[in-house]
Formats: sequence, structure tokens, C-alpha cells
Amino acid sequence: MIHFDNISKRYPGGHDALRQISLRLGKGQMAFLTGHSGAGKSTLLKLIAMIERPTRGQIFLDGVNLNNIGNRKIPYIRRNIGIIFQNHHLLYDRTVFDNVAMPLIIQGYRRQEIHKRVRAALNQVGLLSKEKTYPITLSGGEQQRVGIARAIVHKPLLLLADEPTGNLDPELSREIMQLFARFNQVGTTVLIASHNLELIKEMGSPMISLQDGRVSHNGLPFSISSSQGR
Amino acid sequence: MRNSPQKSSRLRSYFSHHARVSLASLGRLYAQPIATIMTTAVISIALALPVGLYIALANVGQVSTGWDNSTQISLFLHTHVQQQDAEKLMRRLEKHKDIKKVELIDKEKGLKQFKKTSGFGDALKYLDENPLPIVLVVQPRIHPGQPDRTTKLVDDLSKNKLVEIAQLDVQWVKRLYTLLEIANRSILVISSMLAIAVLLVIGNTIRLDIQNRREEIEVSKLIGASDAFIRRPFLYTGFWYGVLGGVMAWLITVSSLMLMEEPIHNLALLYHSDFRLNGLDTGSTLLLILISCALGLTGSWIAVSRHLKDIEPS
Repeated sequence: MIHFDNISKRYPGGHDALRQISLRLGKGQMAFLTGHSGAGKSTLLKLIAMIERPTRGQIFLDGVNLNNIGNRKIPYIRRNIGIIFQNHHLLYDRTVFDNVAMPLIIQGYRRQEIHKRVRAALNQVGLLSKEKTYPITLSGGEQQRVGIARAIVHKPLLLLADEPTGNLDPELSREIMQLFARFNQVGTTVLIASHNLELIKEMGSPMISLQDGRVSHNGLPFSISSSQGR
Repeated sequence: MRNSPQKSSRLRSYFSHHARVSLASLGRLYAQPIATIMTTAVISIALALPVGLYIALANVGQVSTGWDNSTQISLFLHTHVQQQDAEKLMRRLEKHKDIKKVELIDKEKGLKQFKKTSGFGDALKYLDENPLPIVLVVQPRIHPGQPDRTTKLVDDLSKNKLVEIAQLDVQWVKRLYTLLEIANRSILVISSMLAIAVLLVIGNTIRLDIQNRREEIEVSKLIGASDAFIRRPFLYTGFWYGVLGGVMAWLITVSSLMLMEEPIHNLALLYHSDFRLNGLDTGSTLLLILISCALGLTGSWIAVSRHLKDIEPS
């Protein structure tokens, strides 16, 4: 699903965020990305979501070389990805329902279909009763779950999460992680950046550790040099 | 790709999406009435000004068309010509097929008019006799498209033995037309400048709107919104500003005309004219609103293409 081929990313100013990263995450897999802040976790996710472009190397997403995707085509790549942020990026001027509906509206779904899917997504994160409320009235954990509903409402192939439990207490964090595991069970590829090692071990999914922009530990079943399978 | 809805439903939802975005943009304007009214007022004043000038110009042009028809030829007879001979000539000319009307201004009448209008009346006291000739004022029958016919008539009349000078009074009409042409050009220049002002006002308003909705734009981009999708609400906002500005400019123009109608009519009556102010007809009104919409769209397009690409998720 995701294939990093010798990726380096240098930010303007000379900071090397990633150095020669090669990774493969297969379709339907779930993996954790760990490392200290500044190790390059966020940069790696940004490269997949095409928020940043690599300085060197190639990234393949579902077999598509992202280097060949022009800026105008980026939206269509992102429509296959669900992204979850630490600070959830909800819009406070609209209801929970309208927040979750955004990806569907953008992709031109019909009203009835939008209604059905949004309610299904909210049901999955346990917030169906809050559809008409405004995000500002929700707790931190609830807001994060609205963000997750928005990320999965259009049934993306890939879920990316950047520190999704960063601001939550252990109990809520566990709930959120179990939510991700459930999405993974129905076939969604999931990549979660987190420094919550305890919780990661509990989840039992493979772990990739970054240190200073390099892979220091790769728990994925495919070896770095392996060229077969996704 | 995998999750795309079907094509036919997509087309249908495309139109309903447009309808919804346009209404939402209008709703946003309605939600901020003070800001909307102020922006609309600026736009409408900038539009109403050239419209008013054009109406004034069109009316002056119309009035002068009437004057053009009242072109007259003054025949100054030789001073020795007697009253009876002048009257005889008058009756003969009245039968001429190219002449509509002839008026005789005898020496006495001419003197009275001269005293009244020239301001040199007192000077005449020092003259022993009336120095003015008899004047026949000829109103030619105007044949549109045959201006030479009037000129030929003047030629013929000037050859008459009794006539000293035959003068066609059209020079001042020509001057008026030249002035009108200059006014026309000036209004064009003023209109262009005000149109640019409207573009800038709308562009600036949209720019602020984009800044206020920065968060929303970022999130939309992150979840795969195309540039066209993000642009759309702002273009509709510009469009609505154009519509509102155009309608308000029309209201300003119409109410100003109503305010001026009576005094202008009274003035016209003083000149024994039944002139009435011509307002905006339906065509011009539509054109005004159309231009206003075009300015709104263009202004927002400029702002959007300049500022939207600055906002990228990070």
C-alpha cells in the first residue's frame, strides 16, 4: 500500500528530517510509527498525504508513484486517505454532522447518501447522538472521535493518524486505538504515529522506530530490501 | 477511483451543489448585514455615478436632437427693402416646397428684440434712424439624410435680389455635438476608473473573507477538495456582491431621477417644452446589473487566484 524507496527530506534551511528511508506497508496492515519528537514521524506522514514532497527518492501509494502526481491531482490522491490530527482540525462554525459530511460533499455524493454514511460513521465512533451539536461543546476525546469519523466517512483505503491520543488520558487513548484496530479489521490500512510506547505494545501491531530521520527499528514483516508483495 | 459515486448521480449532485454553495454564500452575506451593506453601498455608488452621467448625457443629446430640427435660416434683407416687398417675398417663400414656415421680423420688432436681448439698447438712442434690416426667419423642411438640400436652399435664397445675407444657424448645434462627444469620452474615462474601484473593493472584501476562512480552506484541502471546490463559495460571494451592488445602483439612480423629475419638468415648461426626463429602460437596467455581476465575479476571481494558493496545509 505504501512503499518508501530511499526517501530523503531536507527542509529549506538545511534540516534533514528524513534520511534514506525505505519502507513497505502492505495492504490491510496496521503499523505504528514511533520516535522522539523531531525524529521525522510527522514528516513521513506528510509525505504520504502529499503535504510535503520528498527531496530525493520515490513514494508509491497503492502502486502510484507520487512523484508523477502534479499539484492539481493532489486532491484526488488525498480522497483515498483519511487523515487524523492531534489537534483534530474540526471546524467550530458547523455541527458535528456537517464536519463529518465534508469529505462526502467534496466528492460530490448525493444528499441521501451523505446522510446515510455520516450517520454510519458517527455510529462507529459512538457519537450518533451528538450529530446536531457543535464540536466546541464536546470533550477532547469526543472531538477526536469526530475527527476520526470525518477521516473514515468516505471509506478511505488508508488511514493516517498523527499523535491521535496526544492530548487524551490513558483510558480514552486505549478506546481510540481500539477504534483504529476495528477499522483495520475491515480492511483499511492504518499507519499511526505515536510516542505512547506502552499502548503500542498493548496493541500488538508492528512498530517502526525513527531516530534522527532514519529507521532504527523496523518491525514490519517485509524486509527493507524485499521487493515482493505490498 | 474506488470510492467515487456514479457519474449520473454526480452530475445531478454537481448542480445541487452549486445551488447550495450559492445560497450558502448569500447566507453568509446575510449573516453579516452591516459589512454587506457597507460594501454593497460602495459598489452601488461607484456604479450609480457613471449611470447618472450617462442618463444626463442621453437626455441632453435628445433635447439637442429637437433643436436640430428647428434649424432656421435668417434672411437679412437689404436695408432699403420696403415692408410690402418683404411681405411679398414672405408669401412667395411660404409656397416653396422646402420651406415649412416663414416669419417676418420688421424693423420695429427687430429693434425691440435687439433692445431687450443685446444690452446695447441705450446706444440706439443716439442713432437718427433704425439701422436694422427686415429679417425673414425661414424654417426649412428637414429631410433626414439629405443635409445638402438645406444647404442648397440657403444658396438659392442668398441669390435673391432682396436678400443681403442668408445665414444658416447650425454652427452652434455642431459645437454642442462636439461638447457632447467630449462629455461622452470623459464619462467613459470616469466609468472605467470607477469600474476598477469596484474590482478593488470586491477583491479586497473577498481577500478578507479568505483570511477569515483560512482554517476551513486548510481542512478542505487536507480532505481532498479540489481548487475549484474551494474557489466556488468565494466566486459566488463576489457574484452576489455584484448583483446586490447592481440592484442598489439601480435604486439610487431611479430615486435620484424621481427627485429631479419635477423641477426639470417645471424648467421645461418655462421653455414651453414638454420635455420629460428619460430614465433607465429595461435593457439598460439589465446591462447595469450584468456589468455589476461581471465586475463582482472578476474581482473575486482576482482575489481568489492570488490568495488561495498561499493557504496550504502544514
